Amino acid sequence: MNEILETKGATIRFGGLTAVDGVDLVQKKGEILSLIGPNGAGKTTLFNLLTGVYKCTSGNIFFDHKNITEMKAHERTKLGIARTFQNIRLIRSMTVLENVIIAHPDCNEEKFMDALFRPKKTKEIRRKVVEECEALLEIVGLCDMEDEMATSLPYGKQRLLEIARGLATKPMLLLLDEPGAGMNNFEKEELTTVIRHITDVMKITVLIIEHDMKFVMGISDRIIVLDHGQKIAEGLPEEIQKNSRVIEAYLGSGEFKDEEE
Amino acid sequence: MFFQHLLNGLIIGGIYAMVALGYSMVYGVLQIVNWAHADVLMFGTFIGMLLATFLHVPVIAMVLLAALFTAILGMAVERVAYRPIKSANRRMAVLVSALGMSTFLQNLAQLVFGSGTRQFKVFDTNAYEIGGMKITGMQILILSVTAVMLLILYIMVYRTKLGIAMRACSVSIDNAKLMGINTNMIISGTFGVGAFMAGVAGILVGNYYNAVYPTMGYLLGMKAFAAAILGGIGSIPGAVFGGFIIGVIESLGAGYISSAYRDAFSFLVMILILIIRPAGLLGAKHIDKV
Amino acid sequence: MSKIKELINKIKKIRLSKMQKLVALIALIALIVAFPYMVNDKYTIHVFILCAMYACLTLSLNLIIGWSGQFSLGHVCFYGMGAYVTTLLMMNFGMNFFLATLISIVFTSTFAMLLCLPTLKLRGDYLAVITLGFGEVFRLFLTNEVDLTKGPAGIPSIPDPVIFGYAIKGKQAYFYFIMILLVAFIAFMKKFNNSGFGMAMMTVNEDDIAATAIGLNTKKYKLLGFGIGGGMAALMGSFYAVYMGMISPTSFAYAESIKMVSMVVLGGMGSIPGSILGAFLLTALPELLRAFSEYRMVLYGALMVVMMIFRPEGMWSRASRLKNEYKIKAEK
Repeated sequence: MNEILETKGATIRFGGLTAVDGVDLVQKKGEILSLIGPNGAGKTTLFNLLTGVYKCTSGNIFFDHKNITEMKAHERTKLGIARTFQNIRLIRSMTVLENVIIAHPDCNEEKFMDALFRPKKTKEIRRKVVEECEALLEIVGLCDMEDEMATSLPYGKQRLLEIARGLATKPMLLLLDEPGAGMNNFEKEELTTVIRHITDVMKITVLIIEHDMKFVMGISDRIIVLDHGQKIAEGLPEEIQKNSRVIEAYLGSGEFKDEEE
Repeated sequence: MFFQHLLNGLIIGGIYAMVALGYSMVYGVLQIVNWAHADVLMFGTFIGMLLATFLHVPVIAMVLLAALFTAILGMAVERVAYRPIKSANRRMAVLVSALGMSTFLQNLAQLVFGSGTRQFKVFDTNAYEIGGMKITGMQILILSVTAVMLLILYIMVYRTKLGIAMRACSVSIDNAKLMGINTNMIISGTFGVGAFMAGVAGILVGNYYNAVYPTMGYLLGMKAFAAAILGGIGSIPGAVFGGFIIGVIESLGAGYISSAYRDAFSFLVMILILIIRPAGLLGAKHIDKV
Repeated sequence: MSKIKELINKIKKIRLSKMQKLVALIALIALIVAFPYMVNDKYTIHVFILCAMYACLTLSLNLIIGWSGQFSLGHVCFYGMGAYVTTLLMMNFGMNFFLATLISIVFTSTFAMLLCLPTLKLRGDYLAVITLGFGEVFRLFLTNEVDLTKGPAGIPSIPDPVIFGYAIKGKQAYFYFIMILLVAFIAFMKKFNNSGFGMAMMTVNEDDIAATAIGLNTKKYKLLGFGIGGGMAALMGSFYAVYMGMISPTSFAYAESIKMVSMVVLGGMGSIPGSILGAFLLTALPELLRAFSEYRMVLYGALMVVMMIFRPEGMWSRASRLKNEYKIKAEK
């Protein structure tokens, strides 16, 4: 009864290509689940199905026991699914802090009429929003950079900022699309700490796509392997490491990576 | 009466089709709407009129010269107003620049040629009666020139190297570049070919209504663009098809519903198609874009 | 050009204390109040009224272009629709100007949103063409429906607005009226720019996928952007109708839309001071240099191209947004 996310036969076709092919997936509350697989295996496409950027051709998606298959992307966010992007999508014209503020429900659901005619109430809400967002920046270790423009941050920090932005939407489930890409080993350790904090202290369930096997093996409770849009293996990290189909999928495409890219 | 309206619609539709091709081809390659297209056409028509009226250039030479001038102007517009734009928000910047170019050309024409309407009549206009329908020599000429131009374009796009390169660019301009295609040249060529067709169309329409004036591109361009959207922008057969349909709808609408709102019909068709089928009639998944 | 740029940058860097701001504000109000007495020349006041009116219009169009990231070529329709609806309500039903304006704002902004609806999922160019086409239909409507709109001749002798038994009459009264409107527009835009709503709209403008990922309904913001901008334009149309005392279809031609777009582009998309700067420059210059007015439209066109190539952000760019304005506003 404590599943937070479940897909049943999730499938999407683009013309003749079946990018995600009948994937069944179950994630329990509090569990760190990782999606791995060679390039083009359909990991990000599956993320897009989960968040509603694409709609399933067939199959169903359940979030917190509700069928969300037909739900729009922004409605899913409001329901409690947040995500980060593989190719960073921060708002260029805004500062680090503003990028987080904008995701906070109390900010973007602010009544404009209140802003015009009830300054006192608005000010109180805004102060609370700023405080909460600064706390989030603290968690990802960016609080001393809140006044900088988001795009002036180094690559790894921008990924952390995306995580903070995702957290600001007050999610139950956070999807991280290659959070460690472009980070050095030290930054990856920081990232691990952040993710641990998110799951253990904030009690938010995390689903990760990642290529760095050391990182994945270290952090995941369970791993699902995709290849050509299909789920080929599922299990504990140790099991996956020994699974012959997984090794074949990686070696066959010549893309096995045990270190960072 | 119905068939007379239909015939008139098809004839003006042929003109729309030729202009629509210019929009559609440029959109196919660059994904931008060349707002200045119809104003380039207007300039070309003026040149044709001047050549015929003041220099008494023979008709065929006049048409070729004017269309050539239009083609060069079309390429120049691309060079000046589209290629140099490197803004971060490129889509919006190109749109503004294109509009600026359109405004510039339209008002420059008013300064140079005056804002009044000039007469332009170089073709014979005997009227014939076939099966109860009236058709003028001008109309026959428009139909045949349209047919010839479309045929030439078809051969060029599907049978020549330039055409293949253009189609390659419309699939992916970056990949085309990697394949060693000189994309700048192809873009220029696309603008040139589109403007050439528009130049011919402009001279035909100028003679058809016996009128050339600086704002003639405004409505003509809008209708041609509606035709391109209707057919599926980026699609060559779509633009031709859309042109004829818009022409017929307009002619029938003006004949049976209201002639005062003649110019509104193409707009309504455009809104409808955007609501029902934004990709256009022929803009299916596997359209042959150029 | 580079000198102007330097000057603007210098002005941008000026930060006033609270006291200084208060003094500046009082001085500005005093200047506005005294202005009609100081110049005492009807023509100059008229030019200033036009400048302020276009500043408001540019702000409303900039809300659509710069903030919500959509392109409207039919802004003059919303402006014209506001003018006609208000005028017809006043003349046919003897309605008070302010009530009529309110109705015409609601009517126009509803209409603007309907117009924007078919293109929500499509690229900006489609919206531009739709608004352009609608402009043509609007013009046809105004000229053909003679019973309603009096056709090409237009509607003459529109009564002055009456407020608390006092009729706004004469250049001076209209000058104060438009100044109040301009200040209200600026205050509104500033509030909007720093509100959660405005920031959400900017997010949708910059990256709609990121926007949905943080829970923003992109369609809602695009529609509202069009609706609010259209409504503001309708308000200015109503002002124009009573100020001029007559309206006709020629006042709402396509060239007017282009003029407003050039003002937005010259000033800077998404910039409040830019809008005002652009509107004042492009309204006052042709009036000052009469000889130049013949070339006006040609120059507007060239200006749009040149600005997009060399300075797409406009004279007073949006980047001048203060650091963490939302936070500053929350703590003050």
